[in-house]
Amino acid sequence: MTTALQPGDVRHRLGRGVDGGIGTDASRPDGTLKATGQFGFSSDLWTEGMIWGATVRSPHPHAAVVSVDVSAALGMPGVHCVLTHDDVPGRKTYGLESPDQPVLAIDEVRYQGEPVAVVAADDPETARRGAALVRVEYRLLPLVVDPVAALAPGAPEVHPGGNLVRHVKIRRGDPSARAEVVVSGDYEVGMQDQAFLGTESGMAVPAEDGGVDLYIATQWLHVDRDQVAASLGLPPEKVRLTLAGVGGAFGAREDVSLQIHLCLLALRTGRPVKMVYSRQESFFGHVHRHPARLHYTHGADREGRLVFVHADMVFDGGAYLSSSTAVVGNAATLGAGPYDVPNVSIDVRGAYTNNPPCGAMRGFGAVQACFAYESQMDKLAAALGMHPVDLRTRNAMTEGSSLPTGQVVDSAAPVAELLNRVRVAPMPPVASAGDAAGPTGDAAGPTGDAAGPTGDAAGPTGARSGATGLLPGGVANTTHGEGVVRGVGFAVGFKNVGYSEGFDDYSTARVLLTGAGGRLMASVHSAACEVGQGLVTVEAQIVRSELGVDEVVVETADTQVGSAGSTSASRQTYVTGGAVRAACQAVREELLARAAAVLGLEPDDPDLAEAELVGGKLLCRSGGTVVVADLVEGSPVERTVQWRHRPTEALHPDTGQGRAHVQYSFAAHRAIVDVDVELGLVHVVQIATAQDVGRAMNPAAVVGQIHGGTTQGIGLALMEEIQMADGKVRNPSFTDYLIPTMPDVPPMHVEVLELADPHAPYGLRGVGEAPTLSSTPAVVAAVRAATGRALARVPVRPEHIVFGDLTPQ
Amino acid sequence: MQLQFTVNERPCHVDDVWEGESLLFVLRERVGLWGSKNACEQGECGSCTVLLDGAAVCSCLVAAGQVDGRHVVTVEGLGDRSDLHPVQQAFVDAGAVQCGFCTPGLVVATADLLRRNPSPSDAEIREALAGNLCRCTGYAQILDAVRLAAAVAR
Repeated sequence: MTTALQPGDVRHRLGRGVDGGIGTDASRPDGTLKATGQFGFSSDLWTEGMIWGATVRSPHPHAAVVSVDVSAALGMPGVHCVLTHDDVPGRKTYGLESPDQPVLAIDEVRYQGEPVAVVAADDPETARRGAALVRVEYRLLPLVVDPVAALAPGAPEVHPGGNLVRHVKIRRGDPSARAEVVVSGDYEVGMQDQAFLGTESGMAVPAEDGGVDLYIATQWLHVDRDQVAASLGLPPEKVRLTLAGVGGAFGAREDVSLQIHLCLLALRTGRPVKMVYSRQESFFGHVHRHPARLHYTHGADREGRLVFVHADMVFDGGAYLSSSTAVVGNAATLGAGPYDVPNVSIDVRGAYTNNPPCGAMRGFGAVQACFAYESQMDKLAAALGMHPVDLRTRNAMTEGSSLPTGQVVDSAAPVAELLNRVRVAPMPPVASAGDAAGPTGDAAGPTGDAAGPTGDAAGPTGARSGATGLLPGGVANTTHGEGVVRGVGFAVGFKNVGYSEGFDDYSTARVLLTGAGGRLMASVHSAACEVGQGLVTVEAQIVRSELGVDEVVVETADTQVGSAGSTSASRQTYVTGGAVRAACQAVREELLARAAAVLGLEPDDPDLAEAELVGGKLLCRSGGTVVVADLVEGSPVERTVQWRHRPTEALHPDTGQGRAHVQYSFAAHRAIVDVDVELGLVHVVQIATAQDVGRAMNPAAVVGQIHGGTTQGIGLALMEEIQMADGKVRNPSFTDYLIPTMPDVPPMHVEVLELADPHAPYGLRGVGEAPTLSSTPAVVAAVRAATGRALARVPVRPEHIVFGDLTPQ
Repeated sequence: MQLQFTVNERPCHVDDVWEGESLLFVLRERVGLWGSKNACEQGECGSCTVLLDGAAVCSCLVAAGQVDGRHVVTVEGLGDRSDLHPVQQAFVDAGAVQCGFCTPGLVVATADLLRRNPSPSDAEIREALAGNLCRCTGYAQILDAVRLAAAVAR
């Protein structure tokens, strides 16, 4: 790990003499529970007298709801109630950015799977059967499922007022600038699913005060609370949310799914109500990654310096708004890639269609753009006869660069270094002895320049692939090496960290320091959602380091403390980490005031300001020592602090100029693949990746995020797509929607840089999303190198490899 | 239907089981063993893996009636917080746990693998655990955990 923490970044003194502070591989507080099956996920909730809910969903992507007959369902023994939109006492719609989505369909359904009614019954099977007895009469309406067609004049309107969700324009420099070398291309990204393993689930319990307690797996408790309260017609304080164990999120839990339904059923029946979506229902129960069509033109001079980037993108937002406006904003502001480009013209439009609503997924608009701009960089490199890495490093953004939005990058931007590191990363081990490795091992050479200057194939592999011991087709044994060609590809990308475009992005943390019998203990409480990434570990690490206390309890997240904002946009370690640090500093100030009294010092004595917390003692430079546990025994110190990052600002509506983002996270990938060019099968042999994380708060967890994010990018490159036909999902199951398995994921060489961001707590950078961006174009570039195919669409399908692209270039 | 079987070495009697119920449903909703997880209901994800008469199976694909008179071991039967199974310890130590939803199934599948093959190669681990999906980790630290558990056992 490369550390380059800038002196002076840590402007205060950290506690010492404790284990498990920041920068260590501290263990997860929930690790043992999870490994023994004793951790309570939202699907494991149980309480006396609990009944079960089920949802009636539309089979049609666009239809008028003519009538809903609940009598047969209500007459079924064991069914307690059936609710429709008439039973929503408050606001009948919800939504993250604008409440445009009905809690239960009102007079129209706009996508397949839209909830029409909910049922509560004694057990899950009775609830399902009751739901099946709800008779809904539909009248089919005209469909619009193509986002480009949806934006054309005369298209059927998904919502009154037209199908344009948002149009973001970025304009910089000369729009008519000309270049010596010009390449253009049309790219397409399919609809990816977050595919968390723990499906939507939760339990609502009616409360004596007429309110409700909701135990739920989510990414942002307070935004759920506000939407639930609005639809129930209750004041927010009567809707109390507690985080139940979350089985992954990746963006899919940003939007409300069953939260309001559960509370409606609980308040109607007066019973605790539980719901758990099946995997099939889950595919209809949350938003997906936006499918996108992207047209790019890049111009460069003969030396490979970018002259202009023009891009025109259309994102399919599906039937409701969700977070489409922000996704479109990201695609636009990040759409030229991490490069210096003097002349930029980018247009990104989001469209309403009758496809499933699309919203947040790891990478959030940056993923789609990265696939296209990195594909373009390879195409440009080929046109110039340059190595793809050389072209990228020649144009790489650096600290001080200004983005196409005019925003100056005011912390490290090691784009070139990341690329150079993956370029020279160790090559995969060569096939085992006895295999006809021949050309394989040497083909790629020690520097990853296998591909030669133009990214050509490295030649037939003719042997078993690297460390996984597998060939394309895996254990299906479809080849013994004949027809297998190796390729190498590179890509780099960048993602904004935190909420952008002027959003008031803050978090709240409460830290309590107590002492009993000479023992010092702390607890930390926030509403920040642990979804698997390890925030609970980091919260405890910060408290240990700041206050020099070994024993730290992380309280369950709930709405009894102020909002922490969303667990998304790679932001929680930054923002809630910042809040926890600030709360600790407030606690420390109180400790110093108490110590001053004990030591007979003035509160502003410089000796105190420089005091250190070591092993539970406060040590003053002059030699004065106070046992901290004594300071708080019988009189605990508790501080709650709200903390926000630097403000951002909105984009100019015509030019897209503005300081829209807080921070950027950069990652680069090199992919090495073996392709069976006859069968169209790909095996990823090795991934090398490098990422700047500013400060690795927990290095093992950081590397885990990089592995996991990279893997989701591999999935998008090669297998993951919700396949739509006429507005209907064709593959809502794990049998038909494939995510990478253990044999699909190769060994990864991971390099972590720590170039501190002076504006961020501890210098850290959000980690989670950047690795998901460039892994996709790197893998596809490698497949292109092996096959010579254009491959303008992800996921790449076998027929694209064997027969060529089905999408015109 | 009534069922009589052994769970984690304890006799278990369950009444009023509907014929359509899976072993997974019985374990979670009737016996109160929530460690086995339901993530796909199709035998694709392995989150519900248990040992049935010593063989690793997806409990979502086993009809409840099939377990009458048989022996089931779930993740809870391998070890608990005060007495971790070496595989559970290895998953914690290797950082193989993120959201943890796949972990119980992977722990059972790994214990089964190491019983059959105490020193698996990486390729053998990958093949043996191919039926256990994880969405968080990218599998690298899971692979580490399996290697670690195998090394500790040796």
